[in-house]
Amino acid sequence: MKPRRTNGSVKKFGVVVFPGSNCDHDAYHALGKVLRQDVRFLWHKDSSLDGVDAVILPGGFSYGDYLRGGAIARVSPIMKEVVSFADAGGIVIGICNGFQILCEAGLLPGSLIRNAGLTFLCRFVHVRVEHTRSAFTSGCREGEVLKLPIAHGEGNYFADAETLAGLERNNQIIFRYCDAGGSLTGEANPNGSLNGIAGIVNERGNVMGMMPHPERATDPVLRETDGAKILLSTISHLVEKTQLTHSTI
Amino acid sequence: MTTDTVNQPVANLETAQKLGLTPEEFEKIRQALGRDPNYTELSMYSVMWSEHCSYKNSISQIKRLPREGPKLLAGAGEENAGLVDIGDGYAVAFKIESHNHPSAVEPYQGAATGVGGILRDIFTMGARPVAALNSLRFGDPASERTKYLLKGVVKGIGDYGNSFGVPTVAGEVYFDRSYNENPLVNAMAVGIVRHDRVVRAVAKGAGNLVLIVGSSTGRDGIHGATFASEEISEASESKRPSVQVGDPFTEKLLLEATLETIRAGLVEGMQDMGAAGITCSTCEMSAKGESGIEMDLSRVPLRETGMQPFEILLSESQERMLVVVKPENEEAVRKIFDKWDLRCETVGVVTDGKMVNLKWNGADAGSVPPYSLVLGGGAPVYTREISEPAYFQKLRKADLSGVDEPADYGEVLGRMLGSPNICSRNWITTQYDSMVRTNTINDCYLDAAVVRLKETGKVLSMKTDCNGRYVYLNPHRGAMIAVAECARNLVAVGTKPLAVTNCLNFGNPYKPEIYWQFSESIGGMAEACAVLGTPVTGGNVSFYNENPEGAVYPTPVIGMVGEADSPEATMTADFKDAGDLVILLGETHGRIGGSEYLAMIHGKVAGEVPEIDIHIEKRLQDLTLDLIGKRLVKSAHDCSEGGLIVTICECLFGAHRKGNALGVNFGELPDIRPDRYFFGEDQSRMVISASKRDLATIRGLAGASGVAIRLLGEVTGDGMLTAGGLIQERVSDLMGIYEKSLEKFVSGAVTSDGVGRSGTDR
Repeated sequence: MKPRRTNGSVKKFGVVVFPGSNCDHDAYHALGKVLRQDVRFLWHKDSSLDGVDAVILPGGFSYGDYLRGGAIARVSPIMKEVVSFADAGGIVIGICNGFQILCEAGLLPGSLIRNAGLTFLCRFVHVRVEHTRSAFTSGCREGEVLKLPIAHGEGNYFADAETLAGLERNNQIIFRYCDAGGSLTGEANPNGSLNGIAGIVNERGNVMGMMPHPERATDPVLRETDGAKILLSTISHLVEKTQLTHSTI
Repeated sequence: MTTDTVNQPVANLETAQKLGLTPEEFEKIRQALGRDPNYTELSMYSVMWSEHCSYKNSISQIKRLPREGPKLLAGAGEENAGLVDIGDGYAVAFKIESHNHPSAVEPYQGAATGVGGILRDIFTMGARPVAALNSLRFGDPASERTKYLLKGVVKGIGDYGNSFGVPTVAGEVYFDRSYNENPLVNAMAVGIVRHDRVVRAVAKGAGNLVLIVGSSTGRDGIHGATFASEEISEASESKRPSVQVGDPFTEKLLLEATLETIRAGLVEGMQDMGAAGITCSTCEMSAKGESGIEMDLSRVPLRETGMQPFEILLSESQERMLVVVKPENEEAVRKIFDKWDLRCETVGVVTDGKMVNLKWNGADAGSVPPYSLVLGGGAPVYTREISEPAYFQKLRKADLSGVDEPADYGEVLGRMLGSPNICSRNWITTQYDSMVRTNTINDCYLDAAVVRLKETGKVLSMKTDCNGRYVYLNPHRGAMIAVAECARNLVAVGTKPLAVTNCLNFGNPYKPEIYWQFSESIGGMAEACAVLGTPVTGGNVSFYNENPEGAVYPTPVIGMVGEADSPEATMTADFKDAGDLVILLGETHGRIGGSEYLAMIHGKVAGEVPEIDIHIEKRLQDLTLDLIGKRLVKSAHDCSEGGLIVTICECLFGAHRKGNALGVNFGELPDIRPDRYFFGEDQSRMVISASKRDLATIRGLAGASGVAIRLLGEVTGDGMLTAGGLIQERVSDLMGIYEKSLEKFVSGAVTSDGVGRSGTDR
């Protein structure tokens, strides 16, 4: 699939740069250069989101993360703004380290602990799109299998039984690890995540965290482009919202 | 000279010898200074004249390597890394370096700081690292010590590169008993820089300020360079404090901050602090700038109390840089480092004198003429005694006619594919982030990594290579093969080799037999590099790689970078369609001397290493690039360890990984004993596949180039590997062995008995 510009509209994305972010440029490239959106970096010491339509917390090791992924990032100045933005219904995507930060900041439930195999793992995995009624999956088919890369040492999703039941009940789990055929096998789960969780949204549906990297599978030059479906879904969601507002006015 | 202000030992001959200097060298220091050195000065000379920093026993040989080329922007050894033009106003900076000794005693930190050091060499030139590679050697894979070292090294490399944010894209790993206790950990980094932003490691301009940026200075790594210049022994464990500790997060900050100051045009010169710390960067930068430096050591930010001047000067604390700036830019530089929460301390000033003068709490701590300390200046240069070792003629004349032919070829093929030197490296490579920065092209590039450049739209390819067993059996030829194979790997992915960096890992150079290996290897490397048009841009020498049982295999690792105009111009190794022809370019004689087959299946490390004619090699590589350029080829894969059949299996595994369950049916076999045909390691061969309709054209072009061509068989859709009634195996079964083998070794599921006897017959 060759990613295309959506509806002729350009949305404003902010990619937060923590000092140890290292996928910030990747998100910038995927959204800005490949999907031709308006992207800007947001410095961790700043306390303005610069009027963006959506915030990306990119992958990396925000503050070195020697203690625990995202443990320090959650108290950074920019995160105060991100929390307010999310509370007001703004679209926030946390990828990998960004997912860890969202959990640490309490914007998403649960936490990400060390991979069951105890080693860092970088490879392509398959995830199944659990439903398409989210802001991040509307361009996918229900049950569609996406091929996306992971690259993490702490991506093993954990939550208590009650939280987990809530996630299931509210359809907050939007991606689960699966095999190429879409089956949820133990072998297909790379890190031991409970219920095969690869990505979740908050109850309101505006905050999403996922361990796989959609921005790494967006540029056709690199061959794999399933990640563009997630980013394009998000853009479409933002565009429709804007159009809706306009027509209401 | 005041020495009584600091508490330091007496600096006499005895002290000098304890620091690793010879009586002659001590005398040379006295002459350079015109007086006796104090302890601080003596320490500086001892690290700068260590093998690691001075190349005193290798430089006379290294000068034999071809070091010129139209695209080279910096001469070998002139800068922190080689610099080669790649068009559009950009250059590629790349270098490989060893961290063997630290990794032998502290594998995790040793390997991690090896990666950190080589990355700094790249970004201190103003280049942003775009890829990392590593070349590893370990001992017997079934030993517990090897597993401990392997796990620690791989985790060290992974944790550092992953956090720093550079994709680790390629490399190689071999196992052999000769590397027991003395693993080789060579790290390579590749970066991109705009021509007008290249920063030189030079201190010039009297009145310019000298800044230390990055981490504070502690006692870690003191005498690390000296430690690297000794043999590993039981006492080495006590050198564990000589191993530095890495902090990739700080390195990442240092990268961003230094590149930001360079982009802003604020930097006059910069050098990272690696081996020999402040001593090395200060002396090298001032020597190169033909300037002096006045430095106040009491202004160096310290992380420990009570540090003496010599400790500050020798510390190898990581993640530090020495930066020279104009006084009017000092504030702007400080602001950038503040933004990244890094220390930035002005510690000295460039002078138009010719001395490095050191102060400590208001007193003189030392004064040295920098030129006298550095390589190419006053550092000693030795030519060592050379003697051909007895094993050389004995092993090359070994009679291999008694090697039994396998009864069951399928079973032997399975064992070959499971060999620790052949099987899939997935267990290692999945621990490295290979994709960060979204430049690594995710396709079946088995021979070399392919990285696109967002800046220019072109692609770079990169690889490291060296078969130490070949070099042991025949250093001249083995080194030629290392160069040839590395270049062939770049050609197989459709890219043109540009230039070389090397990491020369050898034993103790004071042993004439070791020095013979070294000198012979340099000769082979020089010949191959000259013919293939790939000059040597720099690199690293690591001597004293020995354990109590002897030296490691001589291992001159070649790192090479190549280029192509676009991602579309590259080629993958997986077979594509049933009905395509499998074709071999190059000649097969069935030579098994020095082969993995002989070592793994027959327990012999002996015989004549496969011959190589570097001119034929060049023709093969040119032909391959021509065929790929003309789109006559659907896949290409270099034929190396394990021979023809292993190469074909790898092309099939590549297809299967893409869900393309192909097979191969060999046609008629030639009149060569099948084990020699399948597993022999004749050089200058490439396995390609092509549509039937293109065979005649390919034959014509091969004929015109003078390259032998042979139709091997046909790609089938049945998922079977079939060869002349000798082999009939399901590809998926073979792939299972290939993919799982290394993990089994690491988890201890394979005992020594299952290892084969690789390296037992040395």
